Amino acid sequence: MGQVTLQPDYTDVASEENHLLDKLRNEFEGRPDDLIPMLQYVQKTLGYLPEGILLEISRLTSLPAARVFGVVTFYAQFRLKPIGKYTVKLCRGTACHVNASAQILEDVCSYLNVEPGETTKDGLFTLEIVACFGSCALAPVVVIDESVYGLMNSSKTRKLLDGLRKEQREETSQHP
Amino acid sequence: MDFASIKAGADRKWAELMNLSEPLIHIGMGTCGRAAGAEDVFAAVKHALKNTNLPARILRVGCIGMCYLEPMIAVRKPGRPFIYYGNLTPDKTEDLLVSYLLNNDPKPQSAICTLGEGSTNGNGSIDGIPRFSDLPMIKPQVRIALRNCGLIDPEDIDHYIARGGYSGLRKALELPPDDIIREIKESGLRGRGGAGFPTGAKWEFARKAAGRVKYIICNADEGDPGAFMDRSLLEGDPHAVLEGMVIGAYAIGAHEGYIYARAEYPLAIQRLRIALEQMRAYGLLGDNILGSAFHFNIHIKEGAGAFVCGEETALMASIEGARGMPRSRPPFPAQVGLRGKPTNINNVETFGNVSAILERGAKWYSSFGTEKSRGTKTFSLAGKVKRTGLIEVPMGIKLREIINDIGGGIPGGRQFKGVQTGGPSGGCIPASLLDLPVDYESLAKAGSIMGSGGMVVMDEGTCMVDMARYFLTFTQSESCGKCIPCRLGTRQMLDVVEDICKGNGKPEDLKLLADVSETVQKASLCGLGQTAPNPVQTTLRYFGDEYESHILEKRCAAGVCKALFHYEIDSGRCTGCMVCARKCPVGAITGEKKQLHIIDQKKCTKCRTCYDACKFGAVGICTEGMKIENGDAHN
Repeated sequence: MGQVTLQPDYTDVASEENHLLDKLRNEFEGRPDDLIPMLQYVQKTLGYLPEGILLEISRLTSLPAARVFGVVTFYAQFRLKPIGKYTVKLCRGTACHVNASAQILEDVCSYLNVEPGETTKDGLFTLEIVACFGSCALAPVVVIDESVYGLMNSSKTRKLLDGLRKEQREETSQHP
Repeated sequence: MDFASIKAGADRKWAELMNLSEPLIHIGMGTCGRAAGAEDVFAAVKHALKNTNLPARILRVGCIGMCYLEPMIAVRKPGRPFIYYGNLTPDKTEDLLVSYLLNNDPKPQSAICTLGEGSTNGNGSIDGIPRFSDLPMIKPQVRIALRNCGLIDPEDIDHYIARGGYSGLRKALELPPDDIIREIKESGLRGRGGAGFPTGAKWEFARKAAGRVKYIICNADEGDPGAFMDRSLLEGDPHAVLEGMVIGAYAIGAHEGYIYARAEYPLAIQRLRIALEQMRAYGLLGDNILGSAFHFNIHIKEGAGAFVCGEETALMASIEGARGMPRSRPPFPAQVGLRGKPTNINNVETFGNVSAILERGAKWYSSFGTEKSRGTKTFSLAGKVKRTGLIEVPMGIKLREIINDIGGGIPGGRQFKGVQTGGPSGGCIPASLLDLPVDYESLAKAGSIMGSGGMVVMDEGTCMVDMARYFLTFTQSESCGKCIPCRLGTRQMLDVVEDICKGNGKPEDLKLLADVSETVQKASLCGLGQTAPNPVQTTLRYFGDEYESHILEKRCAAGVCKALFHYEIDSGRCTGCMVCARKCPVGAITGEKKQLHIIDQKKCTKCRTCYDACKFGAVGICTEGMKIENGDAHN
């Protein structure tokens, strides 16, 4: 327990990832139906799925790397790139659409200068769109990390983002 | 522990809660409540109690269904009914609590309704406040699946048991499985996931299938955009669903079950985990359930964001750790399902009804609804309607009653245009069909489907061609790509509709759309493709004139398709107040104080900010050579 045997290719993997590999070995049996829970576990910890870990998961589950990659790219939840400090998710459900969520999306894209799925240059925000959060009675809905904001519009969304930016600036000025 | 002593303990706990000597405060803490600010209200309640030094019990409950009033609290003083207050802010919450608890003034003008009897005046009413059951939103409703939502602490199994929970399971375990299947058949219950297959018959197939290992799955992959019934039920009363699942497992002979839940519903998943632990502690799950020879376990599988996984064969592939791609049927899951074993899959709400049917009997259940569609159906009412929320109505109710009576009609004095049922698999139903009864057959005849229960109301500001584009964008991106009709057909339909929205449509496009729709419908492998054309077909059928005005006149009367309209300021109405110019995010509006303002069409992004901001209704939507509509004058 606790012993890490790194493959030669993975020597550059950071220690957080080593710890994670340990967990994957110890807490999952490595059956094929563990694949999605393993990927979810990694993403929850690191925010994305690094290639080295995907290869390790392929080894642990005895599934071909192509199959692992196929599953990763099939499901909308999985990301292959690191994310920003905050994840901004815009709901594009029907009720939100009827309440002009397309306009919010357009405005946020131009405000942050990113497309859905991308992260801002400063690494602060990752913008994502979600099919539906199921908070339709409060449409349109914006979710930042785990916090849900209802009855949104473009200017309210900007204000939220500005607030987080300000918070970040204050943090960095306090701990340079 | 035997059920009688569990029940006795739960009853005691519930009675103690009902007869508290201190005030009881319910706070709606479902996802909707939280999105509206319930966390801040919760903090305000605690703050108010601390400041006034008053003792009170606080209970976090699920969604009572009046989502448009969130965040809500309900306050009950000893011997009196609950009083509900809504649209709260922290300040308002503290005000109301101090007023009622300290000064005994319930502020009836701020209250929504009362609920429960209360012992002081016997009839459960407080002067000036309507009763819950008399509210126009609640009166037409019958709450069976949602029987406990908003009324109990979903994280306390004793509350569920005290209100009749697990009595159905106890009854079931004393019956031969065939009797349970007969009971479900007699109740007339049909699948609430949308397709409406009779549940009893489905269970019988799985029961009769050969093999010792069988599985039961609860489909909680509520993927339809615009639907949140299953989320609310899982958040507000998870045991109702889990009990139904155990009953189903016993009936078909399964010893292992899975709940496949959307990853977008973290609170529902958390509540399920808590509920499963409590079940194990009470011997309602595991070996020898309630002292019987029956053993059963439930695992939670989190989805990973793929709409197609709501389809049963795709869902099973996903549980097995593969891409969620459907396969052709037969063989049906009842013969060859998860890991090749006989498997029964039901939706969340179906299981929520099963536990009620076993508790109260098939005869009682089948007294609601219509001849072919028995019982009730939950809907999430959203979109352009005054009272949005989670509702449960007897089958056969008219759409008009849902939209006008329960939903309170369209806000802002605008005109009703249509209602969308069944999500991307359903259709848009026009005003002329408002008297349509809501049952499986009638909705199908109108070209839509019951679906899982999303109901999105649209007004004159909704463009129906844009709705078709919206749903096609969704189905096209969610198509798994396995079969060609769906993969390419949805792409082609989307291209055509996008052209129409951009003003590049040709008259022959309508015929092309109809042809491709038919092919996709007939030739696709699974339900996703087979129903993907429904939004196109119903909008063509009922709103064909909108397609024609987009194609022939290059006009989008609703002011949605950006290429087909522009905003102009009405010289007669503009007062030169400068609000629009200040709010315009791209600086497209110019004008001096008290002078007519002008929109620079080259700079304008048509974001609608000025239209919404103008208090005088001076900003109008214009199309080529025609003015359609001015904004509302609101002061």
